[in-house]
Amino acid sequence: MEETLVDWSRAQFALTSIYHFLFVPLTLGLGFIVAFMETIYVKTGDERWKQITKFWMTLFAINFAIGVATGIIMEFEFGTNWANYSWFVGDIFGAPLAIEGILAFFMESTFFAVMFFGWNKVSKGFHLLSTWLVAIGSNLSALWILVANGWMQHPVGMVFNPDTARNEMSNFWDVILSPVAVSKFLHTIGSGYVIASLFVVGISSWLILKNKDIWMAKKSMIIGATFGFITSLFIIFSGDESAHQVALTQPVKLAAMEGLYEGKKEAGIVAIGMLNPNKTLQNNENAYLFELEIPYILSFLGYHDINAYVPGLKDLVWGNSKQNIMSTEEKIQKGKLAVKAFKEYKNAKHADNHEKANEAKMVLDENMAYFGYGYLKKPEDVVPPVALTFYSFHLMVILGIWFMILFALVLFIVKKREISDYKLILRSALWSIPLGYIAAEAGWIVAEVGRQPWAVQDLMPVGVAVTNISSTNVMITFWLFAVLFTALLIAEIKIMAKQIKLGFEGGH
Amino acid sequence: MFENLSLLQLQQYWWMIISLLGGLFVFMLFVQGGQTLLNALSANETEKTMMVNSLGRKWELGFTTLVLFGGALFAAFPLFYSTSFGGAYWVWMAILFCFIIQAVSYEYRIKPNNFFGQKTYEIFLYINGNIGVFLLGVAISTFFSGSEFFIDERNFSYWQNSLRGLEALLNPLNYLLGFALVFLSKILGALYFINNINYQDIQHRAINSIKFNMIAFLIFFLGFLVWVLTKDGFAINETGSIYIQPFKYLFNFLTMPIVLAMFLAGVAMVITAVFMTIRFNKSSCIKTGGMGAVLAVTALLLNVGLNNTAYYPSTFDLQSSLTIMNSSGSHYTLKVMGYVSLMVPFVLGYIVYAWYQMDKTKITKEEIEAPDAHNY
Ligand code: HDD
Ligand code: HEM
Ligand code: HEM
Repeated sequence: MEETLVDWSRAQFALTSIYHFLFVPLTLGLGFIVAFMETIYVKTGDERWKQITKFWMTLFAINFAIGVATGIIMEFEFGTNWANYSWFVGDIFGAPLAIEGILAFFMESTFFAVMFFGWNKVSKGFHLLSTWLVAIGSNLSALWILVANGWMQHPVGMVFNPDTARNEMSNFWDVILSPVAVSKFLHTIGSGYVIASLFVVGISSWLILKNKDIWMAKKSMIIGATFGFITSLFIIFSGDESAHQVALTQPVKLAAMEGLYEGKKEAGIVAIGMLNPNKTLQNNENAYLFELEIPYILSFLGYHDINAYVPGLKDLVWGNSKQNIMSTEEKIQKGKLAVKAFKEYKNAKHADNHEKANEAKMVLDENMAYFGYGYLKKPEDVVPPVALTFYSFHLMVILGIWFMILFALVLFIVKKREISDYKLILRSALWSIPLGYIAAEAGWIVAEVGRQPWAVQDLMPVGVAVTNISSTNVMITFWLFAVLFTALLIAEIKIMAKQIKLGFEGGH
Repeated sequence: MFENLSLLQLQQYWWMIISLLGGLFVFMLFVQGGQTLLNALSANETEKTMMVNSLGRKWELGFTTLVLFGGALFAAFPLFYSTSFGGAYWVWMAILFCFIIQAVSYEYRIKPNNFFGQKTYEIFLYINGNIGVFLLGVAISTFFSGSEFFIDERNFSYWQNSLRGLEALLNPLNYLLGFALVFLSKILGALYFINNINYQDIQHRAINSIKFNMIAFLIFFLGFLVWVLTKDGFAINETGSIYIQPFKYLFNFLTMPIVLAMFLAGVAMVITAVFMTIRFNKSSCIKTGGMGAVLAVTALLLNVGLNNTAYYPSTFDLQSSLTIMNSSGSHYTLKVMGYVSLMVPFVLGYIVYAWYQMDKTKITKEEIEAPDAHNY
């Protein structure tokens, strides 16, 4: 497959999904926050709570619209740009996407209309229920798409069928209850809750700084900071679980996240560090220019055992017989056997030669776990971009810890002190809104760039997955998306900023 | 229950669901049709805003049906998903762009500080309503006219025309369904307004618009029917190879009388709805007309997929044509998805309930002008 084609297709997918994920997390979290607020309104009957609810709901709607606009392209892009992939794993991968449509998207869109236009048309109770259903519906969409993503990170519950030349689902429960999928789901919705909390706390801080609608801003802040504090603890725990899953299923990604070239026991984690750009798999230079290491943590994070051996990139590429790690070269050989056996099977079937077909099938089954390696050219190809993965991972973790501290501080001050006196805290809260998005996108970069070159881990590299099309087409659509989505983003931010300036008393 | 069905039965079951989704989607195109009428049916801003709000409470349902249509095809007929979306790249991309711009337009149209200005968002809605619908019609028309692709032994597909789907526009016959769909959606949009908005002037203008659009619709739709019913079709023999059979689609209707009955009933209902509206000023004909559209489109899709027909034919290599047999998911997946499909009536149920709750009171001028209104 043409190299530039793969690059443009990856760039396009990255662009569109990064855009989509600028809007999704706020939907995930703000849905619940608004539902809490409306619940308080219904319980107390206090009209000011209705105003609070309506204010945040308006911002929710502005964000939601563009989330939907960027979502539709994602749904079709597997087909338009990853056609071979769509056939090769569509039997498994398609199901969660369809289920998402049936179970989640309709729930969101139906009750969204009630939530916005139903204030004077339906009963209070039905309205409140609709608001909750919108929140639940959004989180269900996240569930199914993350099951799909978890599956491509760590394929389970399927067998390869050489007659149809694809993987076929053999156990639905294995697919949806896969620990990779579950931890991915929990960590990612957690990121949505944290981002939404940052959004609420940050905007409330701004209103307090401007001395506007103080009472309502403080109430919103308490809700945001409480939700944010709980969920930022949750995100750290679920992040730890994600790292554990990565260690078990994608050791190369883990090594890249830590810039770990030589494997070791009792491995520490680099809290802050800078990679040495001259470091390669071949040389023995130090991997870091400087680093601040916390001992044992990596072994513990990865394997929940401080004595565990964490394989480095060198072990994984060249093999390490002491630690029983197979070299990539060997995997490539097995992969080539599998690819060849698959061809032979096809030919034998054509010629109606059952005996030969059976023989080929046996070889294929034996080596199927390495099928994708058969398409790699050299062992080094399994290493993803180390620097990008490393820095993204560290940025995410540092920000995660900062958010927890921030929420704790805000919560303490707003409850026990006069928050308007703490200008520095208020400003930090405001400026932390973009940091939330940066952390989440960084997380996705870890997950998606860190799994390169695989579209489906060990089974299909990106070069095979891509649609057969000339790269010019993809280049054009890339730029069309870049321009259109950027324009829409600017419109969204402008509208959003205007609505925030209008404040709780403003029209919505 | 689904495990007792054979693979072929599951494939047929799933084709029926896809056909039904297609039917429901075409019904929901009343939103698109309505979008193209915004200027024609309104005399001032308030009236336009009434119409935008009337559509604005429904547009997501149609949009989501399109999304589900993609997802369901992916799960049930993945080879179609990969071949058509990857192959006819530009047609689908163009359709997607038409829908992306729709999704923000309602929410942002009259919001202060909206960057592009109200006019632009209204143009977006207009593009979505005309070009989006037209291209969808053209794309579906290729189910009958065929495309140029080749599928290798790994089931990877290779599109043979570098226009990547836009070549469908070079075949004028594909325009018939495209325009038929555009005018149908305008009729449905007008019927919807008449029912949903309690305001005489809009109702009058809507009725007038139907007169012209109905004539245009009938011309293109009859043209499409004559073409399809007289043309050669793509049939499958016992060994699974594809061959050309004269009058295939006519023949399909005759061998599946239920499908034919559905089709005729559907067309009759659309015509009745229009007649009752124009002649007797009935205001609730969107139900009859909408049901009619669902039935007719569902029947048309059943016709092209069932009875040993290749629903996505390749004119480049006949044997690469897609049939519900060679393009489907595995027995296991279709079975699992079969259970999931049992949720569909439940989903339809709550949609209808919420719709009913919201539309009990019609949209009025007072509601739109109320000080605390949340308007699009
Ligand atoms: C506000 C956002 C945010 C914050 C503060 C964190 N994360 Fe995260 N992280 C995400 C948002 C995110 C995400 C966007 O949700 C990702 C991307 C893919 C995924 O599964 O979740 C992710 C992925 C991700 C992965 C990769 C999973 C994979 O490759 O499949 C790991 C190992 C962690 N995270 C670990 C952590 C740890 C130890 C954190 C400690 C504080 C942390 N994350 C904070
Ligand atoms: C919305 C959050 C997501 C973001 C920000 C994101 C980000 C990215 C990035 C940066 C790439 C390019 C990687 C590279 O080429 O180096 C990529 C590729 C890809 N992602 Fe994601 N991703 C997201 C979610 C998902 C999900 C949920 C799925 C699947 C269900 C998915 C499937 C893919 C596929 C198929 C590719 C292209 C093949 C590849 O490069 O591996 N992504 N994504
Ligand atoms: C790359 C794979 C993805 C695909 C194919 C996809 C598909 C879609 C589609 C089609 C919509 C519009 C639905 C509608 O019509 O209402 C949408 C919206 C949404 N998606 Fe995604 N999505 C992807 C990634 C993600 C991820 C990673 C998450 C969450 C973690 C997510 C969560 C949501 C949510 C909550 C919405 C609601 C709309 C909004 O946020 O404004 N999606 N997505």
